[in-house]
This record gives sequence, structure tokens and C-alpha cells, in this order.
Amino acid sequence: MTLTTAIQRLHPDPASQSAVLEVQGLSVDFSIRNGMFRAVDDVSFVLERGKTLCLVGESGSGKSVTARAILRIAAPGRITAGRILLHQAGSQGGQAIDIASLSPDSPVIRGIRGRAISMIFQEPLSSLSPLHRIGWQIGEVLAIHSKLGREERRQRVIELLTQVEIPRPEQTIDRYPFELSGGMRQRVMIAMALACNPEILIADEPTTALDVTTQAEILDLIRGLQRRYGMAVLFITHDMGVVAEIADEVAIMRRGKLVESGPVRQIFSRPREPYSQALIGSVLRLQKPREVDAGSGSTPAAAPILTVRALGKRFEPRRSLFGKAPDPINALVDVDLELHEAECLGIVGESGSGKTTLGRCIMRLMQPSSGKVVYRRRDGTETDLADLDTPALRRVYREIRMIFQDPFGSLNPRLTVRQAIAEPLLINRTIPREKIPGRVADLMETVGLDPGAMERYPHAFSGGQRQRICIARALALDPRIIIADEATSALDVTIRLQILDLLLSLRERMKLSFIFISHDMSVIRYFCDRVGVMYKGRLVEIGTSEQICTRPSHAYTRALLSAVPVPDPARRSIASRHRYVEALAPASNAPPAVSATFPSGVQKR
Amino acid sequence: MSASVDVTGVSGASIGIEQAGQWQLIWWRFVRHRIAVAGGVIILLFYIIALLADFISPALPEKVSTRHTFAPPQGLHLFYRNPDGSLGFGLHVYDYKVTIDRVAVRRIFVVDETKRIDAGLFVRSEPYLLLGLIPMEHRLIGPLDRTKPFYLLGADRLGRDVLSRILHGARVSLSIGLVGVLMSLTLGVLLGGISGYYGGAVDDLIQRLVELIRSIPSIPLWMGLAAAVPQDWSPLAVYFIITLIVSLVGWTDLARQVRGLVMSIKGEDFVLAARLDGATGGRIILRHMIPSFTSHIIATTTLAIPTMILVETALSFLGIGLRPPIISWGTLLQEAQNVRTVAMAPWLLWPAGAVVLTVLAFNFFGDGLRDAADPYAHTEKGG
Repeated sequence: MTLTTAIQRLHPDPASQSAVLEVQGLSVDFSIRNGMFRAVDDVSFVLERGKTLCLVGESGSGKSVTARAILRIAAPGRITAGRILLHQAGSQGGQAIDIASLSPDSPVIRGIRGRAISMIFQEPLSSLSPLHRIGWQIGEVLAIHSKLGREERRQRVIELLTQVEIPRPEQTIDRYPFELSGGMRQRVMIAMALACNPEILIADEPTTALDVTTQAEILDLIRGLQRRYGMAVLFITHDMGVVAEIADEVAIMRRGKLVESGPVRQIFSRPREPYSQALIGSVLRLQKPREVDAGSGSTPAAAPILTVRALGKRFEPRRSLFGKAPDPINALVDVDLELHEAECLGIVGESGSGKTTLGRCIMRLMQPSSGKVVYRRRDGTETDLADLDTPALRRVYREIRMIFQDPFGSLNPRLTVRQAIAEPLLINRTIPREKIPGRVADLMETVGLDPGAMERYPHAFSGGQRQRICIARALALDPRIIIADEATSALDVTIRLQILDLLLSLRERMKLSFIFISHDMSVIRYFCDRVGVMYKGRLVEIGTSEQICTRPSHAYTRALLSAVPVPDPARRSIASRHRYVEALAPASNAPPAVSATFPSGVQKR
Repeated sequence: MSASVDVTGVSGASIGIEQAGQWQLIWWRFVRHRIAVAGGVIILLFYIIALLADFISPALPEKVSTRHTFAPPQGLHLFYRNPDGSLGFGLHVYDYKVTIDRVAVRRIFVVDETKRIDAGLFVRSEPYLLLGLIPMEHRLIGPLDRTKPFYLLGADRLGRDVLSRILHGARVSLSIGLVGVLMSLTLGVLLGGISGYYGGAVDDLIQRLVELIRSIPSIPLWMGLAAAVPQDWSPLAVYFIITLIVSLVGWTDLARQVRGLVMSIKGEDFVLAARLDGATGGRIILRHMIPSFTSHIIATTTLAIPTMILVETALSFLGIGLRPPIISWGTLLQEAQNVRTVAMAPWLLWPAGAVVLTVLAFNFFGDGLRDAADPYAHTEKGG
């Protein structure tokens, strides 16, 4: 394609005066094993100057591919139809560039990338080069698109770092990405995207990998910068709370097609299409505590089924060859909690708060350093799981089961569904061998799967279906307690609600107790009777869901709740959030937030 | 939304991708890799040829003919002109006209188009045992008159047929790869598996051993070991010892890869889930871990075979591997060791061609296999 065909004259009609990007009938195809797969199908939308358009959809809806097509980085996908018109402010006379007609590595598109349109990605760690200093990486954009000298570039980078509110920019400029926390890295990414004052910022799930409090800060930052520079923002997300918080316009995508688009308030209050209604409906239902099912509440009279007393876990880092051993990490400090029969106990916390360690220490997947985990058997006898030998522990594993976060990793891809569900039955021999197929079929029906799909392999199932398989597996041995570690976090919101409802109905039917570990406040509120809030390895507060969500007593809980985006465009609240600062924390101005990962020397068991 | 909505996605009835097991998926991915499939076909062909070398080769590899030392290749023709001018049809080659250059003391061969030697398929030959079992008296191709010269790829310094020798050499060269790899596979999987699963001190010990072995310069090591083989051993014993030597070094690479695979799978959620099902260590290894990396092992092994072939060739070429009564591609190349011979009879380098073709075929095949080996590798999702 030549430049002359790419630059087209448009009739300057009043509607497109403020439009900076127009996508018209865009289709993107990928070639797959047998034929073509249309990831984006006839999508059209208009992005206006100074406005935020949220592209919403569940996984696989084609929203990321659409965004990438705008920058022509959707390879191996090919644009097969449509136009992407960029109206640059500088070019007078209504000249627009049709990005769709450019070659993906032409000088024109390279001039657009990073300059007119820039992009930030979901994973700030992998989007930054680990080998280069922050300043060098941001400066590179300037080196490509401007004629600034070395010193001027450095000045500009410091200015940018100041704009994205990075503390002590003069020092941070010479740091490496691994020295910064996730939120700081995302700020660096934003600084890089802003380097050339782009007219359009494409943000592809920029806060999905971050904790809620950090997410709130980043959203606030993006919005502030947008106001200041009048950028148009194309914001891609699956989180309706985030949408309500920042969007002016919303476009909902599903299976490559644009379902509905419109102003944010209209979409939230009067969605027209059934899919939008279902999506918004699921989100709103998750906002409220579930309709209380009478009688299922805990019976405090009975002794708790599981009692955790002063549970602690220290990770002792390996002593290095030189120098003294680094300080041990206290992943759990004196955790006390009780789980009653048929109760759902939620554990909420941000990454690194020790909630996963708690679950694993209860299950003895990790050996706790101190404390007790007392389990009361069906016959009333009590055992301390913390010092049980392996054969005895295997017997307890029949009654306490676990569901993992990643439905793709927790099923062996080489076993069929029947084999996977039968595995615990085969190992524990709780029922005769010939009854196993019937039991597997029953279990599949229980979790809402078609038993006819028994001989299929996990790759034939979607994430939600796989999680159902995992649940069937967990139920196979008639357990009493299920520990669910972020069991719904990897799922789309409509599926998430289905899985939660399934678990609730199972609890009802089988008198199950749950320990439900999650970072998502709305899921916890929907699902749990009581909630424990964890912060830096400590259980800072525990109480009923209602009490924690409406009248939190601990300052950290209040900070956490204030950062959760509410899916109601009329109640934008993130700006009024507050960050919890520990009174004891030294007032150093080093980059905040210890990241969740353990130091490399620590061995995970 | 009701729970049943979720199920509709898998309502397809026929045996398709959802019921395909791991091997089916690997096969689907493998056949998309055209060069790899071609490599696989070539390898299969070579092994068939090696098995049936007695039948396919036109002559006995040991048959000496002093009249035809360094005879050049003859072209195989189909059409000829009869003396009366009419066109004849039939497989044939042309005889040589030999003059002796008394100054250079060598024979000069000129193809003599007037003397036709008729050839044919399934010609009678001296009796032999195919695969050492089936008595046969025919060969795939050869001259109708057994006393006439028939050198499609030329002759060596004793007038032996190079083609027949290459075909017979394939047996040793292709099998030494298999035997060697099989031995290093056993060692590698065993030691690498132990190293990866148990970790700690055992892991340290095995890994340091691997590093030690890899730090020894390989050619001097082989030379030293080969020199230690007593001269009076039978060629077969030497052959066996050579494979042992080669695999002694080859296992280290495999052990490292197996260790890495075991360690990565050990951290998978499904292994953890199996532990929570109450599975014992043995069951976890046998049912969950080993099936996860057999395909990788097969691919790695395939990639290790050409190395073995090259090592054998190199050792034999240097004269420290197999020794001449045994025919292998390496011993054949020994014939082409000096420049004068190569200048005079370049066709003695044909065995090198066979080595190159085999090694390339194995590498392409192995690459394709490796790419296809993990059908569950995470593919990036659009979204």
C-alpha cells in the first residue's frame, strides 16, 4: 500500500470533529488447524478526544486483538476488512490516515506507534526489559521520536516520572525494573507511553495484575493525566467495577462481535442486549450479599470443625556463601480462626498477605513453623493436623479437599475427565471398583456437566467447565471441608457467579464447610458468612461478612474497601480512597510495597 | 443463568479434538511440520535399506577386483542404439576401456560406449542369507553377467563397490546411534529423574558429576578409552565397547533435561492435587509425571541419535573407533583420508553424503517431534 491511498480525504462532517480514532467494520482473522478463525468480526466504534472508551468483554471476546490491530501488532492475525482512521490534531484539512491499509512495518505506522498512539500492557514486569535501567527505557521512546539531546532526554524522563507520581524520580531513573513493585512498574510503563504526548492511550488490562489498592491509584493517575493532556483513552478490561469508575463510553464485545455500545450510565442502567443485561446482572448480583437462605447459617452451639491456633510460618532464607543470613520472612504470624460446620469462611487479602500460605499450612502442603490445626472428625475425636504422619494425613485428605485457582493447571491434561474424577476414588478405595463409573457420572451431574462428556480430555472444556471438573473431583470422597484458593479468580464474571452458586447449592446439600481464599471483596461478600482480613501475615480482623463490608473496624480493612471499584457509574469513589500506612512502618521514602514474591533463596515446599 | 448453559460448548458428537489423547494431538501437530515428516520418511527408508542391504546392494561389499581399482562411477542408462540404428530399451551400463599410465603408475578408465553391459532387476547372485535367516539367490539390481564390472558409485582402491559398502555401512552406523542412545537414555532418565525428584544433596552430587564429565575434553577421552581396548578383541567386541564409550558421555545432556522436566512438573498444580488425593510418591511419578514427559524424552532422544552417528564417524575416521574389517560410514571415510586419493577418486566421499543426509533427516525429524511434543503448551489467547 502506498501512502497516497492510505491518506484519504474525508468529508468534515460535524460528528467526526472531535473523533480522534474511528474504527469501521474491522475484522481480524487468525489461521488455525482447519481453516480460519475470526477473532474480531465487523467491529466499529469511535474514540473521541479527551474521552475514555472502555472495551469490555470476557476472555476470548477479541478485545485485546482489536486494540492490537489498531497498532498493527495483532500478528499472526490479519486484518481482512475495515478501516481504522486516525485523525491527527496536527494534520489540518481533515486528513486521516487509514491504519488498516498500512503495512505492519511501514515507516508511517512506526511513526504513529509511541507517538500518536501508545499502549500499556497488563503485565508490567514482562513489558519492561529487565536488563535496562528505567531511564534508558523511557528515553528510548524519545530518542526514536524526537531530536532531544542526551541531557534534555534525561530531564524529560525525570519530568515524566514526576508526572506519574513516582517518588524521588532523580534516583528511580537509574533503577532496574526488578527493584520496583508492580504498581511502580506500571507507572513506569505509563510514563513511557506518555513520553511523546500521544493523542491516544491504549491500556490493555493495565490494572488486572495489581492489587485493588494499587489498582485504584493507577486508575486515578490515568484519569488525572487524561484530564491534563486531553488524551483519548481506549481502556480494555473485563472488570465492570473499573469500567464504572473511569469510562465515558462503553463498548461490550462478545465472541469477536460488538454487542452494544453507549454512554456508561446508559449501559449500566438500561442495557438493551440480553448479553449485556446478563453481564451487568451478574456484576450487580455480586455486589449485594446473596439472598440469605434461612437455616443454612452456622450453628454456633456446636464445636468448630476446624480450629486454627497461633499458626505461624517462617521462611528461613538460605544463608549465602558470603555475609550473614538475611532476615527470615514471617509469612504467617499467630493466626487464630475457627470454622464451623456448613459455614463459609472467607479469607481476603492482597498479594503477599499470606492467605495462600494459610491455606497450604492448614492442608500441610507446607509445614507450619508453629501453632496447631485441630480437626474434629465425624465421631467427635480431635486431631492436630500440624504433627500428623503421612498415612494419617492421607486419611484426613479424604475429608478436607482443595480447589485450586488455575483450572488449566490443576487437571492433568493426559487424563480423561473420567480418569481425573475417578483418581481419588481409585486411590482411596472408598467404593468398590465396579461402582466407580456410575459414581463419576453422578458427580458430573451434580456439578452440572453432561456425563456423556466423560471420555473427553480437559482441553476440550472451557475454564468454567474445568473448574466444575475440579469441584467434582473434590466432592468424590464426600468431604466435609473444602479449601478453595482463589477458585473463581481465573473465571469470567458470568461464569464466576455460576460457580459460586454451584458451590453454595452444594454446601446446602452436602453440609460442606468452606474456607474461601480470595482477593476479591465482592466474591467474598457474596459467598461467605464470615470473613477474615489478612495483612502481612496477620489476621487483622474477623467478623461476619456484613459487618466487615459495612462497618469495618480495622483501618486496613477500611482502606481495602475504599479502593474496591463499585460497578455504578453514579458512585465513583476511588478518588476518595485512602492508603493504609502501618503506624510502625519506618517513614522511609524508598519505593513502597514489598512485592508478593519470596526472595529467590527461599524454597517453596 | 442456569448451570446447564455452561455445558453447551462441548456438545459436538463425533470423535474430534475433545476426545483426542496426547498421542493423537502430537501426531496432528507433527504432520503439519512438512520437513519433519520428510525427515521421518527418509530415516525410515534408511533403516529399511540397512536391514535389506544384502538384497539391495549390487555386489558383496568385500568383493575385491584388482582390475578395477579406483574405477569411476558408471551411469545407469535405459535406452541404447543397436548397431542397426534402431532404439533398444533395457537397464544397462557401459564397460570401461582401461589404459595404464606407466609414468603415474595408475589405470585410466574411459567409459566405452560400444561395450554395453546389460543389467537387470532381481538378478541371480551367489547365495546369501537375508537378515541372516532367509536363504536368497537374487539381488535387487546387478549385471546379468556377474563377471562384468558394475560400479554405480565407483570403486575404491581394492576395486570394491562403493555403493554396496555404503549400504552395508548403514547397518553399523545407524544402529550404533540407536544402541548408544538407548544406553544413554537409560542412564540419563534414571539419574536425571532421581536428581530432579529428590533434589537436595543427591541432586548436587549428580549435577556435579555431570559437570565433571562434561568438562573433560571429549576427543582425548575417547582416544584414551579406545586405546585401552585390547588389539586382539574381535571387531564385534570393539563395536560394543565403542557404543559404551559414546553413551558414557551422551547421557549427561539427557540427565539435565530430564531433571529440568521433572522439576517443572513437580510444581504443577495437578501433581499437588494428586498428592491431596492421597496418592503415594510412586503413583505420582508413574501416573502423573512420567506420561507428561515421555514425549519430550522421545524427541530429545531422536535429536541425540545424529550426535552418536557423528561421533562414531569421527572416531572411526581418526582410526580409534571401528577398524576396517567392519564396514561403517566412518571406516569407509578412512579411505578418503589423504588429499591425493580424494583428488583422484572423489567418489570415495559418498559415505560422507550419507552421513550428512542421515544427520539432517534426524535433526529435522527431531525438531518437528520436539515442537509437537507438548500438545498442552500454553497458547496465547486472544481476548
